Amino acid sequence: MSNNILIGVDGSDSSSRAMDFAAEMCRETGASLLVAYIIEWSPFTFNTAEENEARHQRREEELARAQAGVIDPLLAKLEKRGVEARGMVRHGKPVVALAQIAEDEHVAQIVVGRRGESHIGGLLFGSLTGGLLQVAPVPVTVVP
Amino acid sequence: MNIRRIMRVAGIPLAAALTLTLTAIPAAAQDERALSETQAWIKGIERPDHLGYRDWVSGIQPPGEAEAPPRKTGIDAAVDLVMTPINRVLYNAVFYEVPFFGAQVKLVVAWLVIGAIFCTVYFGFINLRGFAQGLRLVRGDYSDPNDAGEVSHFQALATALSGTVGVGNIGAVPVLIVLGGPGAVFWMIVAGLLGMATKFVECTLGVKYRNENPDGSVSGGPMYALKKGLAELNKPGLGRALAMLFAVSVVFGCLGAGNMFQANQAYAQFVNVTGGGDSFFADKGWLFGLLLAVVVGVVIIGGIKSIARVTEKVVPLMAVLYVLGALIVLAVNIDKIPAAVAAIFVGAFTPGGVAGGFIGVLILGFQRAAFSNEAGLGSAAIAHSAVRTKEPVTEGLVSLLEPFIDTVVICTITALVILTTVYGDPGVAQLAGVQLTSEAMARTVAWFPTPLAFAVVLFAFSTMISWAYYGLKGWTYMFGESRNSDVVFKVIFCLFVVVGCTIPLSSVLDFSDAMIFLMCIPNILGIYFLAPIVKRELKSYFARVESGEIKNYRKLRRQKSA
Repeated sequence: MSNNILIGVDGSDSSSRAMDFAAEMCRETGASLLVAYIIEWSPFTFNTAEENEARHQRREEELARAQAGVIDPLLAKLEKRGVEARGMVRHGKPVVALAQIAEDEHVAQIVVGRRGESHIGGLLFGSLTGGLLQVAPVPVTVVP
Repeated sequence: MNIRRIMRVAGIPLAAALTLTLTAIPAAAQDERALSETQAWIKGIERPDHLGYRDWVSGIQPPGEAEAPPRKTGIDAAVDLVMTPINRVLYNAVFYEVPFFGAQVKLVVAWLVIGAIFCTVYFGFINLRGFAQGLRLVRGDYSDPNDAGEVSHFQALATALSGTVGVGNIGAVPVLIVLGGPGAVFWMIVAGLLGMATKFVECTLGVKYRNENPDGSVSGGPMYALKKGLAELNKPGLGRALAMLFAVSVVFGCLGAGNMFQANQAYAQFVNVTGGGDSFFADKGWLFGLLLAVVVGVVIIGGIKSIARVTEKVVPLMAVLYVLGALIVLAVNIDKIPAAVAAIFVGAFTPGGVAGGFIGVLILGFQRAAFSNEAGLGSAAIAHSAVRTKEPVTEGLVSLLEPFIDTVVICTITALVILTTVYGDPGVAQLAGVQLTSEAMARTVAWFPTPLAFAVVLFAFSTMISWAYYGLKGWTYMFGESRNSDVVFKVIFCLFVVVGCTIPLSSVLDFSDAMIFLMCIPNILGIYFLAPIVKRELKSYFARVESGEIKNYRKLRRQKSA
């Protein structure tokens, strides 16, 4: 098994702290970093026919935007720090998608930032970290 | 200038289609054929009419309006005066009838039924065989996680359903029961089950032959299937002609069933809950129509997507609430359900007093089912074509759930509500359509008509938006994609909303039925030609599912975690 690390990013402050942490770990161990951005999406929504018709195009746009706006700048930074890294953009439920990627890519652990919501907010909307702890196939590191 | 060109081009196929249907059928004078006692339980109405249900249906408009004495005044009356004769000619042309074992069989209905039976048999009862696989596909078992973000099977089905589940499920079923007795419900269910096979074939074809536009969007539907599919079979001329006929009829169909019928019933229920004959809107159909047309126009012309989006989200909820409400009514009247079910079965084979006897009942059931679930008309294929799949067959399998949900589940529930409450009560003879369902529910829970009115208006609205899309697809097939020509179509669409609210339900139903059944002529012809291609794909698909070449991701995940 590799010692590679998967990190879930969303462009927030906490995710950039998690990024620093993961990058440091990779640099020390020589592992490579897989940077994943998950676009919130569900196959069980109700759309108009026009939305469906244009969906493929929208999807391409969303992927391109996430790649250019979030993934590419991070990869450039990582390269400067001498960390070997790859990027990935997916649609889906973040918890499920990250667990799935971790399994498919055989990473050793998942690193995520804590979004720092209040307790009530977490109860209402469910938290990414909480969900991930339940379903992840590998250890999860949560960076405050 | 552009518009003028469009109108000129439009005139040719439209006029051709109309003269074709009108001249080909000499006996448009079937009109005054006397028809006997259709509804034994509605006393006192035994006037002759060519349809049998015209009298009964026309009783709906508040307060009790009959065909001959127009109660309307002003604008409503004027629109009425112009539209009613036009409708009648169209109706008689499309619904040419031939005598068959003592009943009058509408050729078009026979055409649909034969098509549905053909699909059922030719595809080895795919409606039963493919049902479970359809459910698995909708659940996402076969969805590749790498394709996440594309239109899912569930989304395509939900969109198509919101165009199908409409006022017809609530308003047309009571009409059916009044005309054909409880037995007609049995044949409606049978037709719904058979229609699943037709729907499977037309949606598979829709996806297989859709156009992928350079910008990544897709356009599909029977017109593309006919054009490209028949070209593959070396019949490009026939393919283009049938495709054009379909495009013309989908434009008219969208104005009828997808627009006027919906608007008319929304108005009827609105008047009903705002005070019936005393309502401010009671003889101002044009005003209600105008308001509705403005909202529709804002969405389809103004491109205010948020309204459409909200509707798409609220409508499924309303559908669930309607079914729950109906189930409550059934639970309260649970003691009457066995009798109602018995009446459905007995009536199906021994129809007492229904015009045309056994065959007459069967025809009524089939006609309503086709009108409700649209199997064989080709409309849903347009919506289903948006799905992104490597296997066209998968979308066909998903689409066959549609007639099941629409007809076998929702329509049957409405039928049971009617049969366990108001059926046989002479006191409701003045009611029809949605109002009868409304009254049936009010007998159990007094305040049900108000949420029902809300649901009906929303159903009507979402069906109109869906059909505006279908019609637009036919329109752009004819005239190409251009902003100006799109706007022309959309304005016409909005005008028909006003017309739909202004003329009586009977005329609206005539026009809707006529136009919507015109669509099935080219569509089902195409199915006959292209069925072998679908069969090959279906065989190969099931073989690859069996061999594991097509992955069931859900199963794989479960195996891994075990």
